[in-house]
Amino acid sequence: MSRLCDLSLDEVTDGIRNQHFSAEDYVSHILERIAKLDADIKAFVSVNSDHAIESARRIDSKIRRGEKVGYLAGITVGIKDNISTKGLRTTCASRVLADYVPPYDATVIRKLKESDAIVIGKLNLDEFAMGSTTEFSNFGPTRNPWNLDYVTGGSSGGSAAAVAAAECTASLGSDTGGSVRCPASFCSVVGFKPTYGSVSRYGLIAYSNSLEQIGPIARTVSGVVRVMNVISGVDPNDDTTRTVASPYSVESNRNHLRIALLNNLTVNAQPEVSKCIYSAMDTLSSAGCICEEITLDSLEFALASYYVIAMAEASSNLARYDNIRYGFDLDPEGYEWNSYFSKVRSNFGEEVKRRIIVGTYVLSSGYYGRYYLKAQKVRALLRREFKSLYSKYDVIIAPTMPILPFKIGEKIGDPIKIYYMDIDTVISNLTGMPAISIPAGFSNGLPIGLQIMSDDFQEQKIFDAALLFERTAKIQVRSPL
Amino acid sequence: MISNYSTKIGLEIHCQLTSLKSKLFCSCHCNYREYSPNENICPTCTGLPGTLPLLNQTAIEKAAMVCMALRCTIPNNILFYRKNYFYLDLPKNFQLTQYNAHGITSIGVDGLLGYGQGEARIRRVQLEEDPGRLSYVKGSSGSLIDYNRAGVPLVEIVTEPDFHDPKDVRLFLNKLASIVEHLGVCDTSLEGAVRCDANISIGDSRRVEIKNVSSFGDVEKALKFEMTRQKAMLNYEMEIRGETRHWDEQRKITKQSRTKEEEQDYRYFSEPDIPSIQIDEDYLKELHSKMPELPDERKERFINYYNLTEHVSKVLIEHKDLADYFEESAKIYFAPKEISSIIVTDLMSYVDDNSKKLGSTIRYIKMSPKQLAEIARMIKEGIVNRKTAKQLLYEAVVSGKLITSSENETNFRKIDDEGLILRSIENVFETESLAVLDAKKNPNVSNYLLGKVMELTKGRVDPGRALSQINKKLLEY
Repeated sequence: MSRLCDLSLDEVTDGIRNQHFSAEDYVSHILERIAKLDADIKAFVSVNSDHAIESARRIDSKIRRGEKVGYLAGITVGIKDNISTKGLRTTCASRVLADYVPPYDATVIRKLKESDAIVIGKLNLDEFAMGSTTEFSNFGPTRNPWNLDYVTGGSSGGSAAAVAAAECTASLGSDTGGSVRCPASFCSVVGFKPTYGSVSRYGLIAYSNSLEQIGPIARTVSGVVRVMNVISGVDPNDDTTRTVASPYSVESNRNHLRIALLNNLTVNAQPEVSKCIYSAMDTLSSAGCICEEITLDSLEFALASYYVIAMAEASSNLARYDNIRYGFDLDPEGYEWNSYFSKVRSNFGEEVKRRIIVGTYVLSSGYYGRYYLKAQKVRALLRREFKSLYSKYDVIIAPTMPILPFKIGEKIGDPIKIYYMDIDTVISNLTGMPAISIPAGFSNGLPIGLQIMSDDFQEQKIFDAALLFERTAKIQVRSPL
Repeated sequence: MISNYSTKIGLEIHCQLTSLKSKLFCSCHCNYREYSPNENICPTCTGLPGTLPLLNQTAIEKAAMVCMALRCTIPNNILFYRKNYFYLDLPKNFQLTQYNAHGITSIGVDGLLGYGQGEARIRRVQLEEDPGRLSYVKGSSGSLIDYNRAGVPLVEIVTEPDFHDPKDVRLFLNKLASIVEHLGVCDTSLEGAVRCDANISIGDSRRVEIKNVSSFGDVEKALKFEMTRQKAMLNYEMEIRGETRHWDEQRKITKQSRTKEEEQDYRYFSEPDIPSIQIDEDYLKELHSKMPELPDERKERFINYYNLTEHVSKVLIEHKDLADYFEESAKIYFAPKEISSIIVTDLMSYVDDNSKKLGSTIRYIKMSPKQLAEIARMIKEGIVNRKTAKQLLYEAVVSGKLITSSENETNFRKIDDEGLILRSIENVFETESLAVLDAKKNPNVSNYLLGKVMELTKGRVDPGRALSQINKKLLEY
């Protein structure tokens, strides 16, 4: 029998519900594993041990009494530390929120708890989700479980690494420009960015409101689907949420999907990555899908457009961190308020400062039209073009990342190189459409992810294609550690 | 010469939508005034990380009604913008407001409001959130912040610089106050519910902004002061700087703001967390049908239905609660002329004498409209004379009690009995024998005797009748 920690989400809920093992056994096992591994991986910034055990016991006693338990009963979910958890420190991996304890739960947390999922802890990220490597964290970088010298990708690096290392059943990340899919690709797990408006952002500490969504990470496609079935849907606390077609099915009945490969993105990718994606296309073809290659010239402007919008919104979103109502310990005595603000805000990390400054610049009068407005036009253009593509294709595939994972510290001094990593993922954030990254293979032991995208609210098509690929390609899902 | 300088004045009025239950973007109470500091707050209005604004749909409705009353165009697509600036009272360090530079998306534009003999164009109306409030503690260098007000819905009404005389500004503001009262969107008597900034330029001089005027009444004074100041400067050929000045309520002068306000770049962009609001014809039609009667319409009705004069009608409708009081009273006893005249003369002067506030304080008097109706009835039916009526009125205003005819009829009934009048006169003649002698020589003294008679009868005799009796009696002496 395999180790408890390696069980897929479905196996965990089945095992607990059918009393093959107790929730307490499972949670204890997971906590032991965190204690054993996380000193090296550094995925967790807070572990919710006591609460987790308590919740597990509650679930066990419900089961023993024959009461109904929730859809995700007993699974352990790690939460990116930019999602508000009531009573549990939520830092955004930033010094300015070092002591911040939210007085309320994010909607996704409330929904997880209501379905008897157990919040096992909070996971590392690039400060305020700004980064693609999880190196820009006040807690230091998270390490890739497949090779501890390598980056996890980011910004939800803790979320992907914890799942890959089997330190939790599943996790939540947030994806503003690829922050769920990038680390999912680098850590060889499944990561999903839902359609904008599918999942409530209430309680997600904003980086760029118009682009981001909370998304699940798990070791299997069905794990991701099941978490989506719990967290998605209209939320009265988020006016941008929409009705979704859930519950999504974990049985793929479609194997004649019409698939397009965006070859701009394979052309630009590292050869090992490109090769892997073409072989993934072959796998899908062999499973009965109709595949062809397409080129989309307007993608050239996507990355610049993304960074202009994201930084503009970020510069405004992060203005509230003035340490007046919450934050960290810094005595205001003796400061005039403007100089206190400056003092407080000098505690942001380098990358966050960079984005606030650029974002402030692109919104300034005289530059608004040149940058922000133009970026919005590119965004609208991309949406139109993808809308028309989805009249011909069910899904579009591409690499998730143009490159293989690299060593920690290798690119940290070159922000443009790091921004460039997002070139394949930002597309879906700009269009608002859904996209998944699933394990597609390895090169020299380093994971490669396949990205599958579709039209607004067509998550089922993505899940169908992903399930089909997962079943056919049989990429290793067992933890490397 | 001074008189040749042309003056241009524009206004920016902030009006809280006090009738709403909740704040603009959360469910905290709109009526923040009853709470201890920082009691009426939640994660959203204090800008905690991860919170999202949830638009109060009723605020859109109320603001749209204001726009309709000001004859504004309401666009189909309404957006909210972030106005980015750092200030202690601003929980998110940006204010959610509206902005028209990238297409017309504020709740209303291009309106017009007539007042007195003039009219002013309305440039725009926008919906926005009020910030929190700072208070400075005496003897301490620190300041305290109260977020109870943060997020309270405001409509900002911006006029074109169409005023030339501060007096017109007052007329305009009174009219506007009456409109928002009639719409039922704002109780203008609440402290801070309406605020007005003004800008003024004389001749070719630069524009000067006047801020911090907390009552409509003071706007006229501030503008008058500013006009005098600027004209004096021009006469001495001094240059008027474009600047922001603050109104000093105590000293009744405008003062240069302590901090030099540089040209701020607010970096406006549309708020991604609030989807655009679509306003269609049907919505506007329905809203139109729900519009309450506005002051102009009401004035016409008062003139036509109650047969009141233009002047009296105008005074009544200037404050909705005054007009309401009148109508309620007239409904109980249909004597509109009598009732309106009591309100406009006796009641208003009482209110003015007893309160620095405007006539809207009629709500704080204790007399009910029913009691006023009763007084009018007693006058009309000749049960009391005007002097007694006035006495009854003031007693009722203060105590809320009206000594009605049924309670103590004889005390207040007019003395009709000729014998009773004569007996009173005889009494006075006895006690005032010296005066009676004087009166025989000097007719003016008979008025003194009349006064004594009125005193004795507590004013219940008809003075005309009494005087002729007195004169008759004097002849008998």
